[in-house]
Amino acid sequence: MRRPLLDIEGLSAQTAEGQPVLRGVSLLMAPGEVHGLVGQSGAGKTSIAKAILGILPRAIRLTSGSIRFDGTELIGAPAATLDKLLGRDIALIPQDPLTALNPSRRIGAQLTDALRLKAGLSKPAALERARELLDEVHLTDARRILRAYPHELSGGMRQRVLIASAFALNPRLIIADEPTSALDVTVQKQILRLIRRLQREHETAVLFVTHDLGVVAQACDDVTVLFAGAVVEQTTVHRLFSQPRHAYTRALIAANPRYDQPGASLKPISDDVIAATLEGIAP
Amino acid sequence: MADLVHAPAPGVFARIAREPRAVISGLFIGFLIFCALFAPLIAPHDPLEQDLLLEKIPPVWQEGSDPGYLLGTDGLGRDLFSRLIHGARVSMIVAFVAGILACLLGTALGLLAGFYGRWVDTAISRLVDIWMSFPPVLLSILLVAVLGSGLHSVIVAIVVIDWTRFCRVVRTETLAQTKLEYVDSAVTLGMPRLRILYREILPNVFPVILVLLSLEMGIAVIVEAILSFVGLSVSSDTPTWGGMIAEGRQVIYQAWWVLVFPLAALFLTVLAFNQLGDGLRNALDPALRR
Repeated sequence: MRRPLLDIEGLSAQTAEGQPVLRGVSLLMAPGEVHGLVGQSGAGKTSIAKAILGILPRAIRLTSGSIRFDGTELIGAPAATLDKLLGRDIALIPQDPLTALNPSRRIGAQLTDALRLKAGLSKPAALERARELLDEVHLTDARRILRAYPHELSGGMRQRVLIASAFALNPRLIIADEPTSALDVTVQKQILRLIRRLQREHETAVLFVTHDLGVVAQACDDVTVLFAGAVVEQTTVHRLFSQPRHAYTRALIAANPRYDQPGASLKPISDDVIAATLEGIAP
Repeated sequence: MADLVHAPAPGVFARIAREPRAVISGLFIGFLIFCALFAPLIAPHDPLEQDLLLEKIPPVWQEGSDPGYLLGTDGLGRDLFSRLIHGARVSMIVAFVAGILACLLGTALGLLAGFYGRWVDTAISRLVDIWMSFPPVLLSILLVAVLGSGLHSVIVAIVVIDWTRFCRVVRTETLAQTKLEYVDSAVTLGMPRLRILYREILPNVFPVILVLLSLEMGIAVIVEAILSFVGLSVSSDTPTWGGMIAEGRQVIYQAWWVLVFPLAALFLTVLAFNQLGDGLRNALDPALRR
């Protein structure tokens, strides 16, 4: 592997009460790679994403480890360094398109924020660029959308706006925090394709946080499986599905609904597997 | 693909116009403001002019009335209608000045507490807790007694007591907004904290503030009337509804109208402010929750 774009090493975090949130998570990402971060709710996926962006809630504290972006340590970095990287080289596609846009500001104002604050474009230049960006995410009638308020757009359209905003400054890494979870299935597929296409065109690396293995299969190159804040398996997507090594991963794959077998009942992950996995990661 | 923009939502004014109680209340309050501004031009008599020969004349629709005195006269022969119109002045000044000042103070502290959290929140929230454990009417009487009576003291007393109403609600709303993802996005873009607070969060808290302000104006009118009633507001040569109610109480068995008309004015005014607040809440809230 060339010099990694993102190098997370031994990242641990805990809540104010001492409850572990992350237990020594390590993760490498090459430039232009799409890396899936999967696990059930509470496995620490979003905490990793937020730690990279420096927006962890106050109740969660990093205890050890490092996050290096292109060789630069992000944890404890001076504000000026972070200001240069975040929003420009590292961007976010947020989880919920309903709350990720400010309901009382027009789309145009929100889409130009990054261009004006980070790239220093003038207002007309930023609006012109915003129009191009909306075009890139297949939102026609850009003029009307730029003047609209978020509640005037559908969920899928809002997510497209947020994707446009994430790609605005040609970042090298995009953190996509469950970008399709709040959308219905047909829209989900369009959004996944869109992210994948833009990612290829811009050669952007994407850290794809999701609980949905189907999304991983469609969108990712490599994958990290998390359980209770620890990495249980790290492999390519192809090998994840063809020869999963860890019992938890196998159970996770088996628990996915099978559309080719409509009659089959869902298989929950058994308590034995969870207990055994927990034992394996306990310090 | 769902590429159609939803029909643009009706504007704020169109939504308010669809709330009949907000419209009616707003018109009534507009009328009161008009009365307060132009009282000397509207009032048929000098509100202070006494004539003991004309005392306790009943309103025009009763026997023994005088067509020159629409709502009758009080125990000192002063025209009730003129006094009511002049009394609107003090009520409106108190409603707007005290209401807005309490709103500014409480909102500023509530925004800071909700946004910055930690010790800022702890300090402000504890202060509010302590503040709210004083009985408000007694505290206001005490304050005015210490500051000396007069319009300024009444306004100060209302602001000092009622800023907590704004602070508590604005803090909770700000806290909820701060947790939403659009604030995270603004933080990652490196937007300055204070700018996030007033450009991103404040507009989303604003409808709540507007509703509270309307309710607070009604409360301010009542508090002023209470202080007037116990003689702690403006001096007795300025007509106030509270003062008129106090005078009416003494002649209630001979002339009911002296008590009833100022009471009705007070009642309708407070009702109008409350209904305006409720109407605004209905008109403005859905835009936020969508």
